[in-house]
Amino acid sequence: AMEDVSAKFVSQKISRARWRPPPHAALQPPDVFATGSWDNEDNRISLWSAGDLGNVGLSGEYHGEPHLLCDIQHNGDVMDMQFLDQERIVVASSTGTVTIFRHHQNNQTLSANHRWEKAHHHVDQNTSCGGAACTGVVCNNPEIVTVGEDGRINLFRADQKDAVRTIDNADSSTLHAVTFLRTTEILTVNSIGQLKIWDLRQQRNEPSQIFSLAGDRVPLHCVDRHPNQQHIVATGGQDGMLSIWDIRQGTMPVSLLNAHEAEMWEVHFHPSNPDHLFTCSEDGSLWHWDASTNVSEKPSFLHQGGRSTTYLSHSTINQSVVSAWLSNDPTKDRMEITNLIPNQTLSVNSLDVLGSCLVYGTDAEAIYVNRQLFA
Amino acid sequence: MEEPDTDPPLVVVPGADPSARQLCFEWGPAEVLVCETRFGRKGGSRTHPVPSRSPSRPQSHPIPTPIPSQSRALTGCVADAAGAAPGSSRVFVVHRDQDIYIQTLRKLFNESHGIFMGLQRSEEELAGKSRKAQLVQVSKNYRSVIRACMEDMHQAAVSTRDPALQGQYSTQVSILSAMELIWNLCEILFVEAAAAGPLLLRLLDWVRLHVCDVDSMVREVLSSESPSKHKLFWNVVDVFVLQGRMDEARHLLSKEATANPTSMTMYKILDDLMKKMPMPSLGNTQTLTELELKWQHWHEECQRFLQDGTFASNPHMESICKILLGDEDAILEKKELMTTWYHFLVTRLLYSHPTVKPMELRFYAQSSMDMFLGGESSPEPLDMILMAAFEFEMHQVIKECSIVLSNWWFVAHLTDLLDHCKLLQSHNLYFGSNMREFLLLEYASGLFSHHSLWQLGVDYFDHCPEYGRVYLELHIERIPLSTEQKALKVLRICEQRQMHEQVRSVCKIMAMKALRNNRLGSALSWSIRAKDAAFATLISDRFLKDYCERGCFSDLDLIDNLGPSMLLSDRLTFLGKYREFHRLYGEKRFPEAARLLLTLMTAHIAPCSFWMTLLTDALPLLEQKEIIFSAEQTYELMRCLEDLTAGNVDKQKFQEDDVETTKVEMLRLALARNLARVIVKEGTVEGS
Repeated sequence: AMEDVSAKFVSQKISRARWRPPPHAALQPPDVFATGSWDNEDNRISLWSAGDLGNVGLSGEYHGEPHLLCDIQHNGDVMDMQFLDQERIVVASSTGTVTIFRHHQNNQTLSANHRWEKAHHHVDQNTSCGGAACTGVVCNNPEIVTVGEDGRINLFRADQKDAVRTIDNADSSTLHAVTFLRTTEILTVNSIGQLKIWDLRQQRNEPSQIFSLAGDRVPLHCVDRHPNQQHIVATGGQDGMLSIWDIRQGTMPVSLLNAHEAEMWEVHFHPSNPDHLFTCSEDGSLWHWDASTNVSEKPSFLHQGGRSTTYLSHSTINQSVVSAWLSNDPTKDRMEITNLIPNQTLSVNSLDVLGSCLVYGTDAEAIYVNRQLFA
Repeated sequence: MEEPDTDPPLVVVPGADPSARQLCFEWGPAEVLVCETRFGRKGGSRTHPVPSRSPSRPQSHPIPTPIPSQSRALTGCVADAAGAAPGSSRVFVVHRDQDIYIQTLRKLFNESHGIFMGLQRSEEELAGKSRKAQLVQVSKNYRSVIRACMEDMHQAAVSTRDPALQGQYSTQVSILSAMELIWNLCEILFVEAAAAGPLLLRLLDWVRLHVCDVDSMVREVLSSESPSKHKLFWNVVDVFVLQGRMDEARHLLSKEATANPTSMTMYKILDDLMKKMPMPSLGNTQTLTELELKWQHWHEECQRFLQDGTFASNPHMESICKILLGDEDAILEKKELMTTWYHFLVTRLLYSHPTVKPMELRFYAQSSMDMFLGGESSPEPLDMILMAAFEFEMHQVIKECSIVLSNWWFVAHLTDLLDHCKLLQSHNLYFGSNMREFLLLEYASGLFSHHSLWQLGVDYFDHCPEYGRVYLELHIERIPLSTEQKALKVLRICEQRQMHEQVRSVCKIMAMKALRNNRLGSALSWSIRAKDAAFATLISDRFLKDYCERGCFSDLDLIDNLGPSMLLSDRLTFLGKYREFHRLYGEKRFPEAARLLLTLMTAHIAPCSFWMTLLTDALPLLEQKEIIFSAEQTYELMRCLEDLTAGNVDKQKFQEDDVETTKVEMLRLALARNLARVIVKEGTVEGS
């Protein structure tokens, strides 16, 4: 419901919003998130408290808009960012630089902890190299992988000064996003509609597998992997289409789902409830895809072995049942899709989901927090 | 038709000295360039104003922003500071909408953009009453955004320690407050168009909301231990009475009454009078005539008590009774408690003309202002704007606001709302289209001059039917494309509006950038997106040139996956096919490779300049142990070679270039040998 959404106008266009990961799988709702801005003369990384905990109403609902904890200036547009751990955020810049910022929680300040200058750059014979936008970053502490407009893939370690591995010219078109498939393998998407798997253990500078869209090679802008079933991958394209891939088979997507009317900027499986998926787009909408209606008709494993049923989460079910995302039958039509933002006109650039909480940021210079996603 | 202002406001450009040098200027879509000429000034006026279309800046406030101020803080900035040496000229950039650069106001721009879009989408078909309710709600939404912004600005003013900054924030608070005051009055008079009766109630609300100078006094008295002993007690009672807050006034009076049992009867009578005062109602429960009758009756009752000296012993109560009777002198005595002439106007209406009709307002407004100011001070711009509103001179309100306020936001949004109320239809300007569109264009142009707010401007242009498109086309081309991501956003805007020219231009810029950075793959995908065949050809040639120089292809991942986009240009098709030849060759599928190679030439897919390379590529196939080219194919290859050498006779190239001659000789030899082998083989096969 709309009442559960709190909004704040922040006087900067938001390119990224990320929840801080909870300390060791804690059950309490996430409380702090980070945002990055773009297209400002003075871009910033900001940390926000999601709402005033002192204002919890009688029925447990939260009030109050997010409030700023601390912020720091950032050189260039924030293209992507991710929490490395509870205290550190890795930020990709349009200048090609990758920076780790540290959040000092005792005195609420942010500082630049480490910086890889021009991790992404163009190599020009005539001039010295100019920075190329770093478009995507993904972390698996201590490893950090970045991709960029220069088609380069970098592998860093948070504690090492130089890149552990660099694949120059890994892609001849722009790499738009990256994510981990397994600890040593990554997935990238590019501007000619390709999804590639790279095995970082191999010294070959070639992808181990290439998948691609048929027809008009529509650029892909975002990618996410199913948290439990690693072979299921979702990507979002320039035409707003959601593609689901099964990387065990074929070179083309398993299903193409008509979605937004413009670029899909981000796609996220819900980390603990992966029958739910969230996408946001340049067209100003944010969609909640609920495939759980399909699963509920499958035989339930909930009551097996007399174990406590309440403790079994959806994720355990999913490992034993064919995923709702791959089913090819017409029940797909019964997937429930809800647009969470009616009447928005400007782009929703980023979203993040954790527990029952959703945060998103827009070009209309506002951040929104929805605390009751599944209410 | 409206006449232009005869007296444009002055714009001071800091740093420019019109007394020393003559200035010249040039209008741009988002700013004015002012340039010092080499001509000195001889005599003439010392001040040399830049003609201005209004809210550029009447004065140059330094703008409160944490941004390093050089570029934005001043009205104009020196674009070329390098030429500061004597004798050289400088160029100043003068932005047209000063407030666009105030950080805190960005909230106003963004949030009101949403309201604006909602209004454009709203159902015009809704019938009379519900349509009006809808428009009033929109108006209230706009006002609540102004108020929220005002609160933020106030917070900023309170929390900053820098006195200069504090001053700027306070100035902004008072500007926003004035904007809300004007908007609220326009809402009552124009949007809601309140009728006699409810009109007074609305005006009372308006005064209560905006006359806040006395609030602290009220708080102080009410929170004191015994309010009736406070020296400002009667002032507060008066404030309540003047604002028509009868219940609150009676509540306070009852405290005084219990403390003064001797004058109990007097209090009772006054309390009774105040209780019985007839008020207009919002519902249709009573007609105006009924109200007037009741009011007349009550008025006479008050008159009676005043004349028989009931309150003679208490001057405070006597004066209240006089106020209830609408005695202008008695009301004017409380000037300090009202602080403004429009408060006086509303109080006067409340106690003398509660059923005032909208069209009668102008008379009372004018006389109230004259009486209140009493020749002591002259009306300020705000007074003139409010007066114009009371006179229902909507265009005057908008015009004055355009001149006085330092932003286009206010007039653009207010005018748009009034236009949706169908109040501005008949008005045409001597320039451009109508006033609504003119103001929206100005506002949106201001947004486009901002490095970040330009995206908001797009939707405003969309809702300007006449010139919006042209403005958008001009502005969108000037957005710097710093990253591909930003270019994609710009591109989306252009594509959605079928702005083909701009789509091509954005793609071309991005393709050029990629090309310069040696990112052939990216360059190609940009030109494919724009369906720019010429550029795709150019890039294909670069690929082929690279191949000729290095002997191998770069960006195979792209060339191998061209798909249908290969058909965009002939050269691109050739590139794709040629790469296919290499793949077939690599896979040792020689007959297929040979067939493809030959087709590339005979079907004229390959450019002539590339034929020699293709023929050279045929050499190893001719030298294979088994025979690959048939007799017929060999003849065709020979013809290709002869065509090529014959075509080049004029240029004398083949004769002079030893390497080329050797190549041709080798090819001829290889072709002849292959022909011999094939004739033998084919003859043997046929003969056996």
